[in-house]
Amino acid sequence: MDSFDALLLARIQFAFTLSAHIIFPAFSIGLASYLAVLNGLWLATGRGVYLSLFDYWKKIFAVAFGMGVVSGVVMTYQFGTNWSVFSDRTGPVLGPLLAYEVLAAFFLEAGFLGVMLFGRQRVGRSLHFFATLMVALGTLMSAFWILAANSWMHTPAGYAVNDAGQFVVTDWWAVIFNPSFPYRLVHMVLASYLTTAFVVGAVGAYHLLKTRALQLDNTEARTMFSMAMWMAALVAPLQILAGDLHGLNTLEHQPAKIAAMEGHFETRAGAPLILFGMPNQREEQTDYAISIPKLGSLILTHDPNGVVRGLKEWPEQERPPVAIVFWSFRVMMAIGFAMLGIGAWSLVLRYRRRLHDSPWMHRAVVLMGPSGFAALLAGWFTTEVGRQPYTVYGLMTTAESVSAIAAPAVAASLGTFVVVYFAIFGAGTFYIVRLMRTPAAQAERDLPADKPALVARLA
Amino acid sequence: MTLDLPLIWAGLIALSVLVYVILDGFDLGIGILFPFVRSESGRDRMMNSVAPVWDGNQTWLVLGGGGLFAVFPLAYAVIMPALYAPIIVMLLALIFRGVAFEYRFKTRRGKFVWDASFAGGSMIATFAQGIALGALVHGVPVAGRAYAGGWWDWLTAFSVLTGIALVVGYALLGATWLVYKTEGELQEAAYRFAWITGTGTLALIGLVSLWTAFLNENYMARWFGWPQILYVIPVPLLVGACAVALFRGLSMKRQLLPFVASLGLFVLSFIGLLISFYPYIVPSSVTIWDAAAPHDSLSFILVGAAVLFPLILLYTVHAYWVFRGKVGASGGYR
Repeated sequence: MDSFDALLLARIQFAFTLSAHIIFPAFSIGLASYLAVLNGLWLATGRGVYLSLFDYWKKIFAVAFGMGVVSGVVMTYQFGTNWSVFSDRTGPVLGPLLAYEVLAAFFLEAGFLGVMLFGRQRVGRSLHFFATLMVALGTLMSAFWILAANSWMHTPAGYAVNDAGQFVVTDWWAVIFNPSFPYRLVHMVLASYLTTAFVVGAVGAYHLLKTRALQLDNTEARTMFSMAMWMAALVAPLQILAGDLHGLNTLEHQPAKIAAMEGHFETRAGAPLILFGMPNQREEQTDYAISIPKLGSLILTHDPNGVVRGLKEWPEQERPPVAIVFWSFRVMMAIGFAMLGIGAWSLVLRYRRRLHDSPWMHRAVVLMGPSGFAALLAGWFTTEVGRQPYTVYGLMTTAESVSAIAAPAVAASLGTFVVVYFAIFGAGTFYIVRLMRTPAAQAERDLPADKPALVARLA
Repeated sequence: MTLDLPLIWAGLIALSVLVYVILDGFDLGIGILFPFVRSESGRDRMMNSVAPVWDGNQTWLVLGGGGLFAVFPLAYAVIMPALYAPIIVMLLALIFRGVAFEYRFKTRRGKFVWDASFAGGSMIATFAQGIALGALVHGVPVAGRAYAGGWWDWLTAFSVLTGIALVVGYALLGATWLVYKTEGELQEAAYRFAWITGTGTLALIGLVSLWTAFLNENYMARWFGWPQILYVIPVPLLVGACAVALFRGLSMKRQLLPFVASLGLFVLSFIGLLISFYPYIVPSSVTIWDAAAPHDSLSFILVGAAVLFPLILLYTVHAYWVFRGKVGASGGYR
């Protein structure tokens, strides 16, 4: 019983520290790219508004990035402290991927972050732009390697098992580009961009609402709001498409996860799409289901009478916890479609030239500001809880992976992590929100107009 | 002949750890000295002297952990549970000090909180690292492929001593870094700190080294056996040379020499550790070759490392170059 308790505590600790961590990198992936775009636009057009927006978001980026760094170091060591059996057995496969993340991504970010934050006066505009690009590239490379590692745990490929029980690599290409990796990478990067777009949009909308009655110059707020709404309009539909493809990929490789997401216990042809209901794992049925006939089969198999497998196809101990997967999937979907709606609404308003003059739209976007984070976490809960009871899908269970740790030790560290994270990241979030409430400084000057800015830069 | 990949990787991991120790060492040292500088402007300058580079410095710690996981998974799987408490404490302390860089300049009212968080976090993280080191030197029992000791094994008189030694040593690195990066009153204070911590560091190096030799027979034979003593004698002799350079540099009010001499002390102490550890990666349980990942994994990362290490070196040097010179009142955070 003791080992079971330690296992549960270790799982909670991992879920908690990882959930707290992923928020920051997801935000900094999007924000780093946004900063690179702003910096590039400033150099290309010479319009001071882009520089002033760059300086504004740079400060927020620095705080978010700092929180990402400190919570990320924890992850590097937690594999070893709490999941040492997993580390020993998967190290030869996953270790190199993480090492590449450190070597190719973390050092790149860290090496250029100082220059990006503090160095514009010292290195000149072009090199400063280069540093910004390198930071953005670093965040994307980091996503590449960590998602390759994560995807391998879902859809392992290119491996063999040696005498010591370790997974060893037979084909690196197959390990990295394992079947679920391309879908997961696209889905996650788009999620980061959408999440950031809604934060930027919400800040823009907030300042538009505040300056509305005052007739102040609010070029900065208008510019960021407009840019964010372009992102919402373009990326939200792409993300839904990417999510659908990712789902079909999951159906192929992890059908039990799909069954849990859909709340299907019975295998049947012409399965309905269950919109809402209460999955009941004990009775093996979804109670009070509100469903649309045949739509489930149509979405998953592209045939209204296609056969969709239910959870009863798997022995009970091989099923993921249904309720968490079922509900978190719905939270993610609901937010995704709300984002799509905002994007469409923004296009209508833009067509009518009322984008910056629609308080209800602005209020809605302020409300949606943090929604990306909720969707992101819900999505990760869907896929990670849906992988249970395995760490390496179908090959190694979570129970096998844990260190021989004592429950009191894990309980103590978990308790401390919870207290510290709420205090520290709570304070950080408070400072970020305070930065966001301050309006962006108005552009002091545009670049001299006598020669095109980009030419001036490169000459 | 084929390359001895485990040995090459042991060297690279050791190098990463050494680079971590000397780079993050001086910025953790800044945190340790923080309570002893009272003036607001002094503290701002201390912080700004490391603000552009601390993140890069700490990345070497991530490389140490991630690299160990990648190339010596067995060692990683044994050492982390063995050092559970000090590792977790170090991680938490690093959170407190890491966020202080950003938070401290975001508030006036709450500044004292983040001053304390920076100083306390730096000190505790360093102490935990020193304890972890001491526990490792002490030896880690292994059964099968897992740690076989108890949850409090890391806590010994020896590991407490190494913890204290590392705090004093990092403070020396921080003090001499400040000598190099600042001027005026703050630099004067840094000279004083360097005298005190330099004396302390040397005394503690001597004490820890002697105690180490008496911990087990392997260490004793390596350092005092004949003829091995002929091979290892340069290490203590060079430590002596660095000590002379340090104190001469301090009395002649040189700017850079004290920092370089302190780095020398750390490099030599680290080499001394490697001499004691070899051929073990988990002293006296698991050798470098026992712990190594399969050949394919080692060569796969080595290819990338061969390309990326020089690049990393290049832009790390570049970052230090960009922020060269004395830290003034402007630049960095305000």
